[in-house]
Amino acid sequence: MTEQPEMIPTGDNRMLDEVFSDRKITWLEKTLGTDNYRIVKGLFKTPASIIGFILILIFVLIAVFAPAIMPPVDNDPFKMPRDGYSGEPRGPGAEWTRKVPDMPFWYEPLTGKTEMTHVLGTTQGQYDILYGIVWGTRTAFNTGLLVVAVTVIIGVVLGSIAGYYGGWVDNVIMRITDIFMTLPYIMMALIFSAVLTPVLGRSLWPPLIAMTTFGWMGYARVIRSDILSIKERDFVLAAKVSGVKKNRILFKHVLPNAIFPTLVLASLGIGEVVLGFASLSFLGIGTEVGYADWGQILSFARNWITNLDRYWYIVVFPGVTLTLFVMGWNLVGDALRDVLDPRMRGKI
Amino acid sequence: MTNYIIRRLLMVPLLLVGVTLIIFGMLQLLGPVERSALYVKDFPKNDKQVQGIITRYGLDKPFLTQYGIWLVGVKDPVTGERDGGILFGDFGYSRTASQDVIDIVKNRFPNTVDLALWTVYPMLSVGIWLGVKAAVNQNKFIDQAARVYSIIGTSFPTFVFGLLLLMLLYAGPQYFLPGKMSDWVSQLIFSGEFKQYTHLLSIDALLNLRFDVFWDALRHMIMPILTLSYINWATYVRVTRSSMLETLRMDYVTTARAKGLSENTVINQHARPNAMLPIVTMAGSSIVGLLGGVVLTETVFNYPGIGKAAADAAGQLDVVTVLGLAIFSGAILIFANLIVDVVYAFIDPRVRLA
Repeated sequence: MTEQPEMIPTGDNRMLDEVFSDRKITWLEKTLGTDNYRIVKGLFKTPASIIGFILILIFVLIAVFAPAIMPPVDNDPFKMPRDGYSGEPRGPGAEWTRKVPDMPFWYEPLTGKTEMTHVLGTTQGQYDILYGIVWGTRTAFNTGLLVVAVTVIIGVVLGSIAGYYGGWVDNVIMRITDIFMTLPYIMMALIFSAVLTPVLGRSLWPPLIAMTTFGWMGYARVIRSDILSIKERDFVLAAKVSGVKKNRILFKHVLPNAIFPTLVLASLGIGEVVLGFASLSFLGIGTEVGYADWGQILSFARNWITNLDRYWYIVVFPGVTLTLFVMGWNLVGDALRDVLDPRMRGKI
Repeated sequence: MTNYIIRRLLMVPLLLVGVTLIIFGMLQLLGPVERSALYVKDFPKNDKQVQGIITRYGLDKPFLTQYGIWLVGVKDPVTGERDGGILFGDFGYSRTASQDVIDIVKNRFPNTVDLALWTVYPMLSVGIWLGVKAAVNQNKFIDQAARVYSIIGTSFPTFVFGLLLLMLLYAGPQYFLPGKMSDWVSQLIFSGEFKQYTHLLSIDALLNLRFDVFWDALRHMIMPILTLSYINWATYVRVTRSSMLETLRMDYVTTARAKGLSENTVINQHARPNAMLPIVTMAGSSIVGLLGGVVLTETVFNYPGIGKAAADAAGQLDVVTVLGLAIFSGAILIFANLIVDVVYAFIDPRVRLA
């Protein structure tokens, strides 16, 4: 008979420690719940996502203080002031002669000049580029928030009905979602805007409606899969056993517990929406000429491609602005993807 | 396998109906008079003519009847000639381009294919190479650089990148050119000396052994190729890297290392082929995307493909043309996706058994 070796515990006990330690639970964790708290914590963890948040914050500040940074000239602040009608762009530092705005607080200390100039130059048609960038930030947030809000509502309603009721309802809704996902996004947004423009006139609305129509599918899929897992939880069973009506279970018990990841995902969708909107404006669909909107400022550059080395400022300034905006949301979105990836669960 | 393919084939008509229903449904927002542009070339001269068109094509009938007429067209009771009907290739007449929409497709689609053909190789090879490099050197400099690049790359809007390329490579130095071909090439084609076997300019140039034409074609395509690759590299690097990292942690990789194989053999022959599955899916969908019309890239570089045609028509609110082109690229996407799925089932047995 051989002697039994002494049992040596080799397992990794770190997780046990975590379970049994008296972990301090902050008020934030209490209000959000453990799972959601993990998401929020993950978002603020990496340096990349913090840079992302800083970028977003800067743009929020620009949007909020737009009237102070660039005082409006016309009654409608979104109309870029025209300094003349010459077609040719003028470089940074060009004199501002017509429709001069009041001097903003930063102007004299930063440039040392006492006369208003076009700090970043003017684009074709003498629209001031800086004015367009500053007020375009407001346009970006307006369009982004609106489209995201409406797409989330559509996605959540369809996705939760599909996930919760299951069966043929699920099948029909998800097949429709599949068909919408087959369609090429930019092409569809383009055609729908072209159909809507004669009906609604040239404004923000055609591209907004078009992007909403073809933008809800991702949210429907995410909320559906979250609902599928939440509805198997014990507390839902408990609600069923105590005789709560089906609709009430969905809206009072399942949805509130399943919606958080979708909402976070949606809030980070703003970058993508703004990019789509700028792309449509660049293609010449959307707002009327002269509206403060990054895509439109960039679209002016299409007429000057043979001389872009001379007129670099009509591409570089609005282009960098749009890129930084999208990058801010992407950096945070990247961190979010890591947190929501099930393989990463418990590692943060 | 056969089962899977049959199931997948059955999906195709369903998808086609769904896609056309959505696209045609948009038109219901317009009035019957505006919808008549789908069928007639000239603006109707008086109210009587308008009424005639509306009754002839059932433009005031219920939605599904209109959809049916749009699909198969109407037969003239007297001559028996068919009129309209996208199933018979009649996509309508483009007023802004002064030609039938189907002719726009015929002229422009080869250019889109030409561009896609030359984009695929640089897009895949560089993206995958960089992703593998990043994974193998995890957390070293090249990995960090690749990650920073992939974030910047995904954030750079296509058209901003395109405009910057134009600024640096075209505006001053004229290294590369926008458009499709130089004037002398179009004159050469017009003169008839240059045989068009495939209508893909670069391939035709090679078949004609005209290397000057080939170089001209490449010079016009390099900026769009760079733009399309650049945007896609970012995603390829990210996906390859994470898939490769996961594979490198597998037991069989440890086994291969333990039995003394060189690190190169382990990575190139054991790990990399197994890490390629997610890349195959992605490659499929990005190639499909290239064929379905790359609206922004083609527009920035004035490259006369399907996407540019759609953008031009949409800018001039030519609904008929955009509609026809959208249907065409939708159909291309559906069939290309079918091919990708079937190929994928051959590669990965888990798909066909699911």
